[in-house]
Amino acid sequence: MISLEKVFVLGGGVTKIGEHWNKSLRDLFVEAALKAAENSNIELRDIEAVYVGNMSSGELQGQEHLGSLMATWLGIPGVAAVKVEAACASGGAVFHQAYLAVASGVYDCVLVGGVEKMTDAVVHDVTAALIMADDAEYTAFTGASFVGLNALVYRYYMEKYSVKQEDIALFSVHDHKYAANNPYAQYPFQVSLEKVLSSPLIADPIRLFECAPIGDGAAVLILCSERFAKERGIKPEVEVAASALATDTISLVDRDDLTTLAATVKAAKKAYKKAGVEPRDIDVMEVHDAFTILGVIHLEDLGFAEKGEGWRLVKEGEIEKDSKIPTNLSGGLKARGHPVGATGVYQVYEIYQQLTGTAPNQVGKAEVGLAQSVGGVGGTVVVNILRRVR
Amino acid sequence: MMGISAPSVPRVWRERIVKYRLLGSKCADCGKISYPPRRACPRCGSTNLKEISLPKRGKVLSYTVIRAPPRGYLKYSPYIIALIELENGARILAQLTDVNPDEVKSGMIVEAVFRRYREQGEDGIIEYGIKFRPPIT
Amino acid sequence: MKPSKSTGILGYGVYIPVYRIKGEEIARVWGRSKAAIPIQEKSVPGLDEDSITFAVEASKNAIQRARINPEEIEAVYVGSESPPYAVKPTATVVAEALGISPRLIAIDMEFACRAGTTAMQSIMGLVASSMIKYGLAIGTDTAQGRPRDELEYTAAAGAAAFIIAPHSSENIAYIEGSYSYVTDTTDFWRRDGEIYPRHAYRFTGEPAYFHHIYEAAVGLMEELGLKSSDFDYAVFHQPNVKFPVRIAKRLGFSMEKIKDGLLSNIIGNTYAASSMIGLAAVLDVAKPGERILMVSFGSGAGSDAFSIVVQDTIEEKRRLAPLVRDYIEKRKYIDYAVYARYRSKIKTR
Repeated sequence: MISLEKVFVLGGGVTKIGEHWNKSLRDLFVEAALKAAENSNIELRDIEAVYVGNMSSGELQGQEHLGSLMATWLGIPGVAAVKVEAACASGGAVFHQAYLAVASGVYDCVLVGGVEKMTDAVVHDVTAALIMADDAEYTAFTGASFVGLNALVYRYYMEKYSVKQEDIALFSVHDHKYAANNPYAQYPFQVSLEKVLSSPLIADPIRLFECAPIGDGAAVLILCSERFAKERGIKPEVEVAASALATDTISLVDRDDLTTLAATVKAAKKAYKKAGVEPRDIDVMEVHDAFTILGVIHLEDLGFAEKGEGWRLVKEGEIEKDSKIPTNLSGGLKARGHPVGATGVYQVYEIYQQLTGTAPNQVGKAEVGLAQSVGGVGGTVVVNILRRVR
Repeated sequence: MMGISAPSVPRVWRERIVKYRLLGSKCADCGKISYPPRRACPRCGSTNLKEISLPKRGKVLSYTVIRAPPRGYLKYSPYIIALIELENGARILAQLTDVNPDEVKSGMIVEAVFRRYREQGEDGIIEYGIKFRPPIT
Repeated sequence: MKPSKSTGILGYGVYIPVYRIKGEEIARVWGRSKAAIPIQEKSVPGLDEDSITFAVEASKNAIQRARINPEEIEAVYVGSESPPYAVKPTATVVAEALGISPRLIAIDMEFACRAGTTAMQSIMGLVASSMIKYGLAIGTDTAQGRPRDELEYTAAAGAAAFIIAPHSSENIAYIEGSYSYVTDTTDFWRRDGEIYPRHAYRFTGEPAYFHHIYEAAVGLMEELGLKSSDFDYAVFHQPNVKFPVRIAKRLGFSMEKIKDGLLSNIIGNTYAASSMIGLAAVLDVAKPGERILMVSFGSGAGSDAFSIVVQDTIEEKRRLAPLVRDYIEKRKYIDYAVYARYRSKIKTR
């Protein structure tokens, strides 16, 4: 058994999520990176490697090679740098790679960020870019949209477990309630269940207000090794207790159970084991609710409810801030926002805030937090667990 | 941008037989039947796969109506996509055609038909494939 | 025109799309008098259909009835005036969609509404000469009707496919002979680059439709030594209802003999498939030993006449694929606005 280095989160920075007509892909990344460096008390020149998570820069911006691009724009060309892509799990996946970079002992100080610029393109082109998360020849070819694929799961779930849409749609109401206090959320306002259920259909039965919005944003974290922290006289507050990534088949056609994301189950199991925790030890969570149905399913797959029962946790208030499993207190994908490749890093940042007592919706006890990032309809799932350093 | 990044004739030509005739593969080791034909079984990883012709009837496992389509499909919107389980257990994602959304139910029986899926722009080639509809008889 | 060796029909199939628009709905939009509506309703292709997809389904039905391996088909001839590509064959798509091998004589043909029957005659020649064993002849069209014009009421969509084989007991019918009559008569045409065809109004009647069908029918009967009373059924090209009824009378056929093959009132004019779908409808009900006259008409102009005698095998093969009436009964009505959308008559750029 190789002994891994400890990996600490020194700090982070994020941009507001929204339609940033005046800010480009690189502008957003640099903005978040400068904030992260400042909040971590380091200089950019201390960075040895830059990891950039992003899904659609090629398709929507005509831009690849983001590692080199961002290193250039940060003024630190020469560092190791790469783009990491795992569809909408690019943020979780890039964090995983950055974690491995430090845990391996090869790098001592790493900048990891996710960035997405979605609003330069019109909705039909964004829709075309997002379906690249699934099989181009056999899924995208049918004209399916990403919302459509999730709608297939939604309908199947409702029919299999006899669950009503209004109970699943509550996840959106939950998210908005907490986003109202989040200064960088895309939609910092509450919505009623009635508003959600009467919003336009996007792909039956999914309604507009059950879908994560299209927006721009960047989130950056600074990770470092124990050696780096000692040398700088820094007392890190947050450690990465576990980072696990699993895949499932890319398309729904190959799945055994349409209502389970096997990759979540697998990644969670690995992460819980590495962190030495069980679900009941998790104090706060950010789950990848790109659609209300996914939020419900994640609660089940992460081990907090039986199959077909996840919606009950929401309805009975068990995921509220002062309840058993505080979840998506940032506003989640629906209301905090979902600049796809950045979201996974926003989530880890939000857990970091909770563990350092700086979150806008702060839970009382925050020792261990979990962030779950999902790519495609569960083709990739990353579970990152952070722990407060004693 | 047209729903597929770069227009291509070879890509369509290469896939045409599988898409026109609904060919799949069956794993000789674990029996899993897949569409499209695979190089390695998605269930057990075996490369002992045989190409087979798939049944042209199946039932709808789930369906939805696409109302916000990707570029390249606007002309056809709204349209219905469904996850279909063919008579031999193989699953396929395809559009339903010749049917209104309110006529579709999970579990209904559907049959394969040859239809247009998309075009590569106004002057590019037409891409055909298999959709499903309620049986004629 | 009898080939030296007899040929017959091994299998047949049709396709008619589900959508229908009523003549009175078109009349409503253009303010036409109800009395001037030539047919009750016509078929309309869906957004994801074209004359290629039609041809594939009709041919699939024909192969099902023929009970042969598609790889045994060595010719695919497609007659159409509305292929989705101006240049690129339909025949090759049909062949590969159905599993027909590349050892194949394949061609697309055009001669307005007789292109499908001319395909049949050409295939007869290939089969009779033993160049091939089985050949597939298809007539398929998604006709475009000029808005407001007469022909908008009838320009419809459909396909029919016939597999021609050497005369044998496996066939559902044998072809006694055919006769073609062709002159340079421009009753209906479309210049390159135009979307809609033009026609010469009343000139499309006597000098075109009636003259050519009459001459082809009479020519056939004389060559075969037959009279109209020797036929149990007659099927004519059906651009509307009046024309085939009138030519039937002129040739000595009663309404009783033409009614089974006369579908234009409820599906419209399916152009290259028109007389062929009529023939299929007759084959769906005819008894062994009965004789059928089919005469097509294609503007430009020409007619192909066939004398076809039903064989015993029709009884066991008829139900191996959907009947014409199965397609007719699957109907969904649309209004003119949806029709205009489906037929791409609305500019979006």
